[in-house]
Amino acid sequence: MKGLRRLVFDAVIVGGGGAGLRTALELSQSGYKTAVISKVFPTRSHTVSAQGGITCAIGSDDPDDDWRWHMYDTVKGSDYIGDQDAIEYMCSEGPQTVFELEHMGLPFSRTAEGRIYQRPFGGQSKDFGKGGQAARTCAAADRTGHALLHTLYQANLKNDTVFLNEWYATDLVKNQDGAVVGVIAICIETGETVFINSRATVFATGGAGRIYASTTNALINTGDGIGMALRAGFPVQDIEMWQFHPTGIYGAGTLVTEGSRGEGGYLINSDGERFMERYAPNTKDLASRDVVARSMVLEILEGRGCGENADHVLLKLDHLGEDVLNSKLPGILELSRTFAHVDPVTDPIPVVPTCHYMMGGIPTNINGQALTQNSNGEDEIIDGFYAVGESACVSVHGGNRLGGNSLLDLVVFGRAAGKYIEESLRQGIEQRRASDTDIEQAMARLQRLNDSDSGASVPELRTELQNVMQNHFGVFRKGEFMRDGIEKLKILRERIARVHLEDKSQIFNTARIEALELENLFEVAEATAIAAECRTESRGAHARDDFRDRDDDNWLCHSMYFPADKRVGKRAVNFSPKTMPTFEPQIRSY
Amino acid sequence: MLVSIYRYNPDIDDKPVMRDIEVEIPAGKDLMILDVLELAKRKDSSIAYRRSCREGVCGSDGMNINGRNGLACITQLSEVVKPGKKLVLRPLPGLPVIRDLVVDMSIFYIQFEKVKPYLINDTPAPAIERLQSPEDREKLDGLYECILCACCSSNCPSFWWNPDKFIGPAGLLQAYRFLADSRDTAAAERLAGLDDPFSVFRCRGIMNCVAVCPKDLNPTRAIGHIRTMLIQQGT
Repeated sequence: MKGLRRLVFDAVIVGGGGAGLRTALELSQSGYKTAVISKVFPTRSHTVSAQGGITCAIGSDDPDDDWRWHMYDTVKGSDYIGDQDAIEYMCSEGPQTVFELEHMGLPFSRTAEGRIYQRPFGGQSKDFGKGGQAARTCAAADRTGHALLHTLYQANLKNDTVFLNEWYATDLVKNQDGAVVGVIAICIETGETVFINSRATVFATGGAGRIYASTTNALINTGDGIGMALRAGFPVQDIEMWQFHPTGIYGAGTLVTEGSRGEGGYLINSDGERFMERYAPNTKDLASRDVVARSMVLEILEGRGCGENADHVLLKLDHLGEDVLNSKLPGILELSRTFAHVDPVTDPIPVVPTCHYMMGGIPTNINGQALTQNSNGEDEIIDGFYAVGESACVSVHGGNRLGGNSLLDLVVFGRAAGKYIEESLRQGIEQRRASDTDIEQAMARLQRLNDSDSGASVPELRTELQNVMQNHFGVFRKGEFMRDGIEKLKILRERIARVHLEDKSQIFNTARIEALELENLFEVAEATAIAAECRTESRGAHARDDFRDRDDDNWLCHSMYFPADKRVGKRAVNFSPKTMPTFEPQIRSY
Repeated sequence: MLVSIYRYNPDIDDKPVMRDIEVEIPAGKDLMILDVLELAKRKDSSIAYRRSCREGVCGSDGMNINGRNGLACITQLSEVVKPGKKLVLRPLPGLPVIRDLVVDMSIFYIQFEKVKPYLINDTPAPAIERLQSPEDREKLDGLYECILCACCSSNCPSFWWNPDKFIGPAGLLQAYRFLADSRDTAAAERLAGLDDPFSVFRCRGIMNCVAVCPKDLNPTRAIGHIRTMLIQQGT
């Protein structure tokens, strides 16, 4: 297209969080021309907010720990729709990946022996669920995400990775063969739009928790990668599976790590009762997140909530003592004092289940290659397109992610994708060009937005969208409410398509970025809504009042949402790990 | 309440101005400054500022709030403005303004990169992690938590005066973070890179950095340690 600058790379990574930086590190060491496009300076990515740690069987707390036990927990935690080959890969490659992070300088907390400190987290067991609670989450105090993200950024500086910081990718560029050839991106500082042409395009764009009104997620978590993939016509997998973290600070939504329960904290209701003993007699407050979140909501619904409106419960930590809190949970003390006006050393923290993590995403294989399905329902690789981290669905989390597994997912599959792409580049992937029509198509929505002269404002529409999702697609779901929500979304789609961008200026125009983000949020929300209504069972984080049981006959599978006809199809779950027998689906209790 | 915001959009404005905007604060609520900004942006979408985590860990929204540098997302209205008074928001001082509250942080990042902010250890890595005693690990506390918000360096007159030659408190805190790491083997190389009249020694110890660090870190102390190491090395 005339006047549109073209930048050419061997590989471009969209997103500068943990997954993007780990992929970039692998590729920057390869000598191929690689760039990371990030809408924020990389250390401002949401990985920085991860607190409790990275779960991995490194054998520090227990020398006999075994990655297979971690695999068992993860399969069970996923409610059996995590792919067992991918989980096997993550859990077995994990230790090496974590040691690499340590060698890069990650300041892990330490044991008396000088090894990496590990703490107990929810859903962890020894000996395939028979050996009691494990302590498998490697931690840097309660700032593990910060430590990990900064360490990866530092390692990338050391390796001279090229960064396009504060650049925002608006859409995928697809050529006539259906291959991905790059992205359209805006340099936020100057407002210039460019075509970034790349042999490999990797999405590491993170989650989309901002589709809900109440979320632990950063303001930047707007599902940009999912939005772009859906607009390009690619499917997303298990997108109805949203994790609600049990302990978001009431009112503010900021996260209180599961590690606070790992260190011995517990939840109480208005009677002062430790209610998790009733719901999960064995693991209590360290049951899986979906289980704890539902139990909390039930306590509130049954009138045992705390506070003036009886709409939250309390997290008690004071019995751990000031020393433990200062050394193990310093960040939580800070956040509680700032956002809840509560000092956990003396008083419990008001908490409520809060949207936290998107288990679904762009379906990929272990190499990060994005997948779609052909007309026979068979997997088909999308040429030139890769996804890693929260925006991808490998799937290691299935219906419910275990705490500490997201950081592991980022680095294991970021590394795997980087290695695979390097090898592919070595074998020779051609640099595909895009025609003017291809590029015009990708530029269409930017053009429309820049031409808009009337319509509702971005904040108004965003608030409406978030309220629909919060009210109709929350912790407990029901068919008729969801259908009602889908109708509301239909009307919202029309209005969002006509959103008004008042400020058309070029330099650091954050209003334009927010308008583009809003469209991505909407795409994720609609896919979530339709897939959720379609899955007529309760599994993992997807709990339905009208279908209370898990339905293995019909739904022991991934959902696949196809945007062109808004159709929900199915995809088989992998039950064939390479080195060990299958974990067969069982009744899931904690 | 009245919020006075530093406005400059080079597309439109010849020079920066302070412009007032009336924001309705919900009764009985003590908002964070970032929430106030979001309310202001609902009325005037052209106000530009950076923000991400909204919980004080990403370092995006450093700005000058009623004369004092801080993070908008964890600074409470009641901490900085008396009832009935104006909230005054300006960009971080001493850095070029791109637009409104958004500053160009390039020079800040360049100084950060100068200190080789990454672990250097050329000995072969073991099959597991490198061991580190809890005592040695404790030496990194108060150093590794930096979020690169630039509240400190942009509050430092020495940095204003020599932003290209004085590393500044944020960069030096990171320099010491690696000097203090028992796993790092490049202390001599690191100190050699800092051994000039400007990089470290332009710090006058006035502790402006300490006064505003939103994470309660102490760059002045770290700089003191580096000075000592440089002096000991010279003798």
